[in-house]
Amino acid sequence: MKRLVPYIALAAFASVPLWLHDPYLLNAFITTGILIIAAMSLNLLLGYTGQLSLGHVAFFGIGAYTSALVSLGFDVELIGGIRVVHEPWPVWTGFVIGTLVAALCGYAVGKLSFKVRGAYFVIVTISFAEVVRLVALNWVELTQGPLALTSIPPMTLGFPGVGYLDFYSKQSNYYLVLAVLVVSYVVIQRLVYSRVGRAMIALKENESLAVSVGIDVTRYLVLAAVFSAGIAGAAGSLYAHYLKIIDPDVFAFLYTVTMVIMVISGGKGTLAGPIVGGLIFGFIPVAARSFATPEIQWILYGLLMIIIVFVLPKGIVPAIEKWFSAPNTSVDPEPLQAKMHDTP
Amino acid sequence: MSTMPSNAPQPVLSVEHIAVHFGGLIAITDMSFVVNQGEIVSLIGPNGAGKTTAFNVITGFLRPTKGEVRYKNTSLSNLKPHEVTSLGLARTFQRTSVFQSVTVFENVMIGLHRRSRSTLLDTLLALPREGRAEAELRNLAHELLEIVGIARRADELAGSLSYGDQRLLGVALALATDPSMLLLDEPVSGMNATETARFMELLDKLHGRGMSILLVEHDVPMVMGVSDRIVVLNYGRIIAEGPPAVIRGNPEVIRAYLGEGASRHAAH
Repeated sequence: MKRLVPYIALAAFASVPLWLHDPYLLNAFITTGILIIAAMSLNLLLGYTGQLSLGHVAFFGIGAYTSALVSLGFDVELIGGIRVVHEPWPVWTGFVIGTLVAALCGYAVGKLSFKVRGAYFVIVTISFAEVVRLVALNWVELTQGPLALTSIPPMTLGFPGVGYLDFYSKQSNYYLVLAVLVVSYVVIQRLVYSRVGRAMIALKENESLAVSVGIDVTRYLVLAAVFSAGIAGAAGSLYAHYLKIIDPDVFAFLYTVTMVIMVISGGKGTLAGPIVGGLIFGFIPVAARSFATPEIQWILYGLLMIIIVFVLPKGIVPAIEKWFSAPNTSVDPEPLQAKMHDTP
Repeated sequence: MSTMPSNAPQPVLSVEHIAVHFGGLIAITDMSFVVNQGEIVSLIGPNGAGKTTAFNVITGFLRPTKGEVRYKNTSLSNLKPHEVTSLGLARTFQRTSVFQSVTVFENVMIGLHRRSRSTLLDTLLALPREGRAEAELRNLAHELLEIVGIARRADELAGSLSYGDQRLLGVALALATDPSMLLLDEPVSGMNATETARFMELLDKLHGRGMSILLVEHDVPMVMGVSDRIVVLNYGRIIAEGPPAVIRGNPEVIRAYLGEGASRHAAH
């Protein structure tokens, strides 16, 4: 029964554009979906390795800008009079390169900062995000600064000999986001329910014991940072090509906070946590719009978060799981069953 | 019962002139001893004698100020702890010996980390090798839990086990790395008599399989019962070394354990 839940949820979400035609609500679904992907990537770091990255939006923004610039083209003069001209490339290459560049940044930040853990890691990630935001704001020649990068082309996928798909409509963008979300979910699931995930959990639980059984700390922390940053970058790329305009505000601290709230309220260290938390906090403004002014919406947002953290300190998903598994005492047989199921 | 030690003892672990200084404090002045293949050696000494410091140096968690530890002729000086583990040296911890919030079974699965042959690509693409590797690990994990005798507790959270069982799980975790030598840090401290007896049985069983064991311990009767040789440490230096029968009658050892308090009172 429990194994069916993800498939039922997927079917339900796949059906949304079939009955929902209100563009406002569909837009809310798409932007929430993009934020959920980013929150899922944050969860890989925060929930499984226990490292809090408060600059996670940097990877999101880097993915967005890289992807936009690859598909728009640019012409900049570097120090020493070297001129770099880039002709526009197909949009899907922007998506791939945006993801890879973000992952590379994750590698760099991971290598640099996992020597400093805990509070220091938090500070390094915040500073990193701020530096990237300042670059986006001030390197006007490349990023247009506060004027924003505009007329970013929508995502297109070319199939040689068949033609190509473009993602102009909200419906198609919805399915694109859903597809990337599913792929990200599966990648994270594969990682988490394998020796890689066990190594991450071991590091979070008790680092010196983990080291003593032969787990290479740096390797697994950097690995988590790379995957986390790459997935965040992919989400950023989707964001850029959906909105078709991005400015340095994509690096706003508020987005990181939103992701953290989604992860913590849904349940960090669970696969479904960021999705549940993301849906709740993505749709509060939508639900409250009809009866509350924006200020009141923010107050509701804050209140709900406080209530969830107080009543369900471990998050919504672990609370639900506990509720359902209460009669039998076995605590979490799910990962094992999942693996046995995978065995051919 | 344990097997007879072979006639020509082969040293596997040699501690050579180790000294550890913490700033001005000298924790260990000059320590040398060996552990031979298949032997159980115990390192004992009163509180503050430098046992745990010695233990941390041997396992690579602490760099010595002077000297060297060699395992099967490989110097451990510049190895990281996880590299020491892959040489076949495994350790247990005094206090936090298990991963508290996951199940007993998953604890051992974590311990089997280095035994898996699947790569990152196998994992991501769910290739057949991943499934086979995982199935192999699960079998190994069940075997290890059988060996230490806590197979019935496999699905319980490690944190909910009794103290004695947690220690047994700690040994299973160490065994999971497929070691040729075990380093146990005060494994029976805080155990009751039954638990200690069970633990000694396990040590005998491992000894019978040819495992070399270095035991750092407080519990003198237990040490006398299981060890082939005993090394006694006091104030950071070795004051006696030999089989249990010899150590028992050594006047310096008796003074270290019984006379220490009296002499200190006299000095002040």
